[in-house]
Amino acid sequence: MRVETRRGTPAEVRAALFFLAPGLFVIVVFFFLPIAASFLLSATDFDLYALADPSNARVTGVSNYRALLSDPVFLTALKNTLVFVLLGSPLTVLVALSAALLVNARLARAKGFFRTTFFAPVVTTLVAVAVVFRYVYHPRFGLLNRGLTLIGLPAVDWLGDPRFSLLAIVLLAIWKNFGFSTILFVAGLQGIPESLYEAARLDGAGRWQQFRRITLPLLAPTMLLVGLTRTIDYFQLFAEPYVMTSGGPLNSTLTMSLLMYKEGFRFWNMGRGAAIAFVLFAVILVATVIQFRVQKGGET
Amino acid sequence: MRVEVQQIPWTAAHEKLLTAFVGESLPDVAQIGNTWLPEFQTLGALEDLGPRVARSSVIAAKSYFPGIWDTNLVEGVLCGVPWYVDTRVLFYRKDLLKAAGVDAPPRTWAEWRDALRRLRARAGPGRWAILLPTDEWAQPVILGLQNGASLLTADGGDAAFRSPAFREAATFYVDLFREGFAPPVANTQISNLYQQFAAGDFAMYITGPWNLGEFRRRLPASLKDSWATAPLPSAAGGVPGVHGVPGVSLAGGSSLVLFRTSKRSEDAWKLIEFLSEPAQQVRFYALAGDLPARRDAWLDPILSGDAEARAFEAQLENVAAAPRIPEWEQIAQKIAEHLEPAIRGVVTVDTALLALDKDVSGLLTKRRWVLARKAAHAR
Repeated sequence: MRVETRRGTPAEVRAALFFLAPGLFVIVVFFFLPIAASFLLSATDFDLYALADPSNARVTGVSNYRALLSDPVFLTALKNTLVFVLLGSPLTVLVALSAALLVNARLARAKGFFRTTFFAPVVTTLVAVAVVFRYVYHPRFGLLNRGLTLIGLPAVDWLGDPRFSLLAIVLLAIWKNFGFSTILFVAGLQGIPESLYEAARLDGAGRWQQFRRITLPLLAPTMLLVGLTRTIDYFQLFAEPYVMTSGGPLNSTLTMSLLMYKEGFRFWNMGRGAAIAFVLFAVILVATVIQFRVQKGGET
Repeated sequence: MRVEVQQIPWTAAHEKLLTAFVGESLPDVAQIGNTWLPEFQTLGALEDLGPRVARSSVIAAKSYFPGIWDTNLVEGVLCGVPWYVDTRVLFYRKDLLKAAGVDAPPRTWAEWRDALRRLRARAGPGRWAILLPTDEWAQPVILGLQNGASLLTADGGDAAFRSPAFREAATFYVDLFREGFAPPVANTQISNLYQQFAAGDFAMYITGPWNLGEFRRRLPASLKDSWATAPLPSAAGGVPGVHGVPGVSLAGGSSLVLFRTSKRSEDAWKLIEFLSEPAQQVRFYALAGDLPARRDAWLDPILSGDAEARAFEAQLENVAAAPRIPEWEQIAQKIAEHLEPAIRGVVTVDTALLALDKDVSGLLTKRRWVLARKAAHAR
C-alpha cells in the first residue's frame, strides 16, 4: 500500500502545529532536553564534588566512555545483560506463545480463569513478588529446593551461588513478564481467520502442519513486536536484580541498568552513569536493528 | 513535640538521603551511617554541631567512647552525634579452645597464631580454626589499623597500601589462609553460619553486635555456655593505645545529624538531645539490640550484667575510624577484591597490593584534583 504524501497549505500547517504544540512541548521538555542534558553530562566528570560546588566539574570528552571499556565491572555487567537478553527473550516468547495457544485452544475450559492467572504476575507489585520468590529460592526451606531434593537432585543456593543467581533472576523475570506477551499473542491468534484452518483441514493438513503453515506465518508481525519489545525490556532489566540480589553475589546478576543506577545514585558519579546510559542505548539500537532485519527477513 | 518518623530500609537510606539533598527535601534530623558522614559533609548538607554541643547539658564528648566520637569529626568539624555503635570482636567456642589447650582468648597476634595452630591440629579434615569470609574488607582493614597502617596518605588523596605496616598486616592476614587456619570462602559460599559454628566447623569468627542476638537465638540450647566473645588481639601487645591490648577494631555505627536546611533546628536539636539521654539509649538497646554510644548507658544492669556484650564495651575503648573520605565505600570493596587472589595463592601479596594501590589511586584522581584546587585557592 502506498500512502499519498501531499504538502498542506500554510493554513493547514499552522493549524496542525497549533494542535501538536502542547504534545511537542511536553515531549521536548521532558524527553529530549533531559536526553541532551545527560549526553552533555556523559562528557564531564560531574560527581559528588561537583554537586557540592559546580565549579568542580570538568569537561572530559570521551574519557568516561574509554574508562568504561577497560573497567572489568562494566564488562561483567555488559556480559550479564547479554546473557539476560539471550536467555530471557527467547524463553519468554516460547512460554508466552505456548500459554497463548493453550488459552486460545477451542477445547480449553475456563479460559478467563487462565488468562487472568497468566496476566496476574504482570500487574503484581514486584517487591511483593520478590518476598515470595526469596522464599521459593531459599536454600533450606525453599519450594524449589524441596522439589529438587524430592527427585534426588542436590539443593542449590539459588541467590547466593554466583553460578545460579543469574538463572534464578531470569526465571523470575520470565514468570513476571510473560503474561503481557501472552495477551499480545492471543490477540494475534484471534486475528487469524478460522476459515483458513477449515480449508487446511479439508486439504488434509494435520495439527502440526496447520500450526507450521498457518499459525506461525500469520503470527509473524506479533512475533516481531513481542520479540523486539521483550529484547528491549531485558536489555533494561533493573528491578528484578535490584530487589532480589542488588547485583550480587560477586556481580553475577549486575546488569547495565543496575550499574548505571549504582554509579549515578550510589556513588554520584553522574558523568560515568550517563556514559553507561548511552552505551546501553547504542547496544539496544544495534541489537534492535539486527533483530528487525532477521525477523523481517524470515517473514517473506 | 510531634515527630514525624519515616522508616527507610538501611540498604535504601543512603540513596534516598542523597536524592533528597538534590531535591531539597531533606528531613530535619536523620540517622546516618557514620561512614556516610564525609559525603554529606563534602556536600555541605550538615550543620556543625560543635557550638550546640558546647552549650548542651546532655551531650558532651567525654560521655562517649573516644574512637566513636572521633568518627563524627570530619576535617575537624563535628557533623553528627553518635547514636548507636557497631564494632567487631572475636566470637569463639570456649569448649573447642579448651580442648585444644588454649585457656584464654588470644591477646596478641603471636598468641592468636599459636591458638589457631592448636585448633587446626585438633580439627579434622573439612574443619577450620577461624572463619574470615574473603569478601569482607573489615578484617584486613582492622589488621592494618592494628599494625598502625594509615591505608591512605594523610590528606586521603592517594592510596598507601604498600606501606610496611599494611604490607605486614596483609601478609599476616593472607597467611591465615595459606597455612590452612581459615577456609578461602566468601559469605556467599557459607550456607548456614550458625549451623557450622555449632558443628564446630570453625572455632573463631570476627563479627559484630548483630550476631549476639542471632547466636543466642540460633545456636542449639546445648551450646548455650560453650561460646563467648572477646576483644580483638593486638599486633604487638603492651600498653593500651593504638598498638595495645585490646587491638584496635573498626568504629562503626550510626549518628544523628541535623541538616542545614532544617527550618526547625531548635526543636530538631531537642530531639537529638532526648535520643542521646542515657535512659533513652538503654531503652533503644532493649528494644532494638543496638549498642549505646555513651559510656554511662553501659552502667545499666541490662548491659553490665551481659558477659557477651561486655566484650564489646572493652573493645569500644579502642576503636578507630576508617579513612573519612567520600570515596571510602568504593575503596573498601577494592581491598577485599584485590586480596582474594592473594589468599587463593594466584598472586603474591606484593602483586596484590600493587594492583590495589593502582586501582585505589585511580578512584582518588578526582579527589586529588579537588584538593590541589582547594590548596591553590587558599594560597
